[in-house]
Amino acid sequence: METFKADVAIVGAGGAGLRAAIAVAKKDPKLKIALISKVYPMRSHTVAAEGGAAGVVQAHDSLEHHFHDTVAGGDWLCEQDVVDYFVAHCTEEMVQLEHWGCPWSRKPDGHVNVRAFGGMKIERTWFAADKSGFHMLHTLFQTSLQFPSITRFDEHFCVDLLVEDGRAQGAVAINVASGEFVMIEAKSVVIATGGAGRVFRENTNGGIVTGDGMALAYRHGVPLRDMEFVQYHPTCMPGTGLLFTEACRGEGGFLVNKDGYRYLQDYGLGPAEPTPRNKAMELGPRDRLSQAFWYEQQKGRTIEGIHGSAVHLDLRHLGHKKLRERLPQICELAEEFMGIDPAKAPIPVRPAVHYTMGGILVDGNCASPLPGLYAAGECSSVGIHGANRLGSNSLSEICVFGKVAGDHAADFARSAKSAPSATLQKQADAAQMRALSLVRGNKGTERISVLRREMAETMERGCGIYRLGDEMQKTCNELENLRERYKRVKVDDTSSVFNTEWLLAIELGYQLQVAQAMAVSALNRKESRGAHQRLDDYKLRDDANYLMHTLATSAGDGPPVISYGEVKITHLPPGVRAYGAAGEAADAASKAKSAEGKAP
Amino acid sequence: MKAAPRTIRIEVLRYRPEQDKEPVVQGFDVPFTDDMSVLQGLQYIKDEFDGTLSFRWSCRMAICGSCGMMINGVPKLSCSTFLRDLYPNTVRVEALAHFPIERDLVIVLDDFITKLHKIKPYIIPKEPRALSQGEYLQTPEQMAQYEQFSACINCMLCYAACPQYGLNSSFIGPAAMALVHRYNLDNRDGGRAERDPYVHSEEGVFNCTAVGYCSEVCPKDVDPANAVNINKTESAKDYFLRFLKPKGAQA
Repeated sequence: METFKADVAIVGAGGAGLRAAIAVAKKDPKLKIALISKVYPMRSHTVAAEGGAAGVVQAHDSLEHHFHDTVAGGDWLCEQDVVDYFVAHCTEEMVQLEHWGCPWSRKPDGHVNVRAFGGMKIERTWFAADKSGFHMLHTLFQTSLQFPSITRFDEHFCVDLLVEDGRAQGAVAINVASGEFVMIEAKSVVIATGGAGRVFRENTNGGIVTGDGMALAYRHGVPLRDMEFVQYHPTCMPGTGLLFTEACRGEGGFLVNKDGYRYLQDYGLGPAEPTPRNKAMELGPRDRLSQAFWYEQQKGRTIEGIHGSAVHLDLRHLGHKKLRERLPQICELAEEFMGIDPAKAPIPVRPAVHYTMGGILVDGNCASPLPGLYAAGECSSVGIHGANRLGSNSLSEICVFGKVAGDHAADFARSAKSAPSATLQKQADAAQMRALSLVRGNKGTERISVLRREMAETMERGCGIYRLGDEMQKTCNELENLRERYKRVKVDDTSSVFNTEWLLAIELGYQLQVAQAMAVSALNRKESRGAHQRLDDYKLRDDANYLMHTLATSAGDGPPVISYGEVKITHLPPGVRAYGAAGEAADAASKAKSAEGKAP
Repeated sequence: MKAAPRTIRIEVLRYRPEQDKEPVVQGFDVPFTDDMSVLQGLQYIKDEFDGTLSFRWSCRMAICGSCGMMINGVPKLSCSTFLRDLYPNTVRVEALAHFPIERDLVIVLDDFITKLHKIKPYIIPKEPRALSQGEYLQTPEQMAQYEQFSACINCMLCYAACPQYGLNSSFIGPAAMALVHRYNLDNRDGGRAERDPYVHSEEGVFNCTAVGYCSEVCPKDVDPANAVNINKTESAKDYFLRFLKPKGAQA
C-alpha cells in the first residue's frame, strides 16, 4: 500500500476543507498537509450554494443583532459562546475572501453590497449574484494552489480513519482512478466532508452529499450531536428538489398559494406588505416557511402537479433587468429545467431537504472528543445553528470554522508524535480488507438502488417537516432492517478502475448509519423545536426537559445510544420566537424592559 | 395530468480498460418523463439495468461541472440536456472528445489540473492590504471587466470543442486562458508579468486558430474565445514593443 506521511490530513476539499488547508499552510509552511477528496475540489457541494454569506457591515447593524438572530433562529439550541465567536469573525473572513479575489457584488462606490435574508434583522448577506458558493469555492480552491505544502489527493475516497493510542492519526483512502489504497499518516485529522441530505428522497443536495465524515467519526466513537434537526428549504423545484435561493425572497419575491394569496400572513408572519420587511412574511426563517407550506397543503390550497403539491414563487414584479443582474442562475434554472421565464410566470416550488444542522460533536475550537480529530462545516456540530439554521450563516461558518479547525489541527500536529508506521499499517490493511470484501467474492442479493430508495422514502415519511411518534418508530425499525439487509448488498462491478458502484455501496453504509442517528435522535426528542416539529403529544417546546443537545453514540450494529448534553447559554435566555409584527412588538417590549432596568 | 412515460434509446460508449480492448457501444431502452435529463437517463440505467456503468456527476444543476460528455457528438452537460428534446431519435453518449478515457464516460483530467497550477489563478496583489483595512474598492464597472471570465465551472466542454487541443494537448486551451484573463483584468491583481511567460510560450495563445467553437459550447457564456484572442493581440503588441524599449526595461 502506498503511504504518505503528513502532519495534518484533511478529509473533504469543499469550502471548509480548503479554508482549513490554507490556514495550516499559512500558520506553518513546514507542516505537510494531505487534502483528500472523493471529487476534484471544484465539484464539492459548496459550489451549489446560491444566496450568500453573513457578516455584519452596516453602521446600523451590530454583532449583537447577528447573535440574537442566530440564537433565536436556532430556537435557543445554540452554543452561545461559539455564536459570539462566530459573529465576531464572519466579516473578517468575508474580507479575507475578497482579498483572495472573490467577486462579491458591489455598490456603485466600490464597497461590497449586502442583501436581506430570512430571519436576519438587518441586511448583512454578502453575495456574488446568486452564485455565492460557486465563487467562494473557486476562490478558495484557486488560492490554495499557491501553497506548496498542500498535497492534494483528488478523487480519493476515504474508507476509514486511523486511530491509535486513543487519537486520530490519519486516514485510508481508495484512489478512485486505479482502485489502489493509500495510507495517509498524520498527527491530526480534520473532517470537512459536508452534510448528509441525500439520505432523504427530495433534496437540494448533490449526489456526493452522503454523510461520509459523520459516519467515519461516529464509527470511532465520536457522538453525533442534534442529528434530528434537518432543514427543509421552502423553495425547491418539485421532483428534483433543486434549489431556488432564499435571495429570491430577499430581493422581494412573493410566495402565494393556488388562489394567488400570500398565505404566510396566516401563520404569524404578517402583515403582508408590498416590499420585503426583514424577519417577516417571505423573510421569515426556513423552518416556519416550510411548516406553513405543510398546512396550506392540508387545507387544499396548493397547486397539484406530477411531483406533488406546490406553491408559487412569484418574481414577476422584480422585472427582467433586476432578475438577470441579481438572480441569473435562478433564471437559468427556471428556463432550462422548467421552461419558465420568471419575469413572465411564477415558479412552482415546494420544500425539500437542504441542510443537516447536527453533526460531529466538536467544541468551539472544532476539536472532537477524540484527540487529534477536528471537524468543520456542515459535517460538524460546532453549535451555531441550533435547531434551525439561518440562511447565509453556513457559508460564513465554513470560513470561520474552517480556519479555526486548521489552526488548532496545526497546533496539535506540532506538539504530537506519530505512532510507529507498522501499527498504523496493520489498521490500514484491515480497512482495505473490509472495503475489498464488498467487491471480492460478493454473493449479495440486495441491490444498492433498492436499499437507497427505501432508506430515502422511510426518512421522508418518518422525519419530514412534521413528525409523529409512531411514524418515527416505524422509520427506526425500517432502518434497522435496512442495515441488516445491507450486509447482503450486491455489487456487480468487480473492476478496479473508477468503480463507482463500489463507492456507492460504501456510501450507502455511511448513509444508513447517519440516517439511523437522525431517526433515533428524533424519536427521543419529546418536544417540538425549530426543524423538529411533532404533531403528537409534544407540539410545544419544552425547555424544562429538552433545552439539551442530543448525543447519538454508535453501538455497533444496533441503533445508537442516546444521551443529552447541556446547552451553553451565556446571555440570551430562552424566549419566544416571534416574527412579523409579533416579533417587532416583542423586540420593542424587551428594549423597553432593558431601558427600564438601566434607569437609575 | 400525468402523461404515460415514453421510451428512448440511449447508446453509451463503454470502455472498461480491464476487459475491453477498445470502446464498445451498449444500448438501453429507457423510460422517461418530460423533465428528465440525459444524466437522469444514465442514472436510471445504472440503478435498474447495469450497475457497472461509470460516469461523474454531482450537483444536477449545471454548476459543479462534473457531468460533461459528448451527446450526439456535441460537448454538453448531461444534467441540463433534456431527453424530451432528443426524442424520438436515439441518443448517443460518449466521453468528452480529446481526452484520454479513464473508463466509460469518465475522462482523465490531469492535464487541465496541471495547467491550472501553471497559470497562477489567484490574486497576486498589486498593493498588499491588511484585513483591518477592509475590502479593496472595486466599482461595478471594474468588476464587469473580468466577471464573465470568472464564471467558468471547469466542465471541459471547451477543450472537447477545441480542434487545436485535439491535435496538440500541450496547448493551454480555452478555460485556462479565460482564467488567466480573469485575474489579469482584476484591478486588485498585479500578477500579469508572472503569468505572461506561459501565455506567450509555445504552449500559449498563439496555438489558437480562432475557430470559436469553445465559446459556442460553453454552458456559462464565459466566451473563452474572446479571452484567447484579446491575449493574442496583447501578446503580439508586447512582442513588438520589446524591440522599441531600452535594454533592461520591464516588459
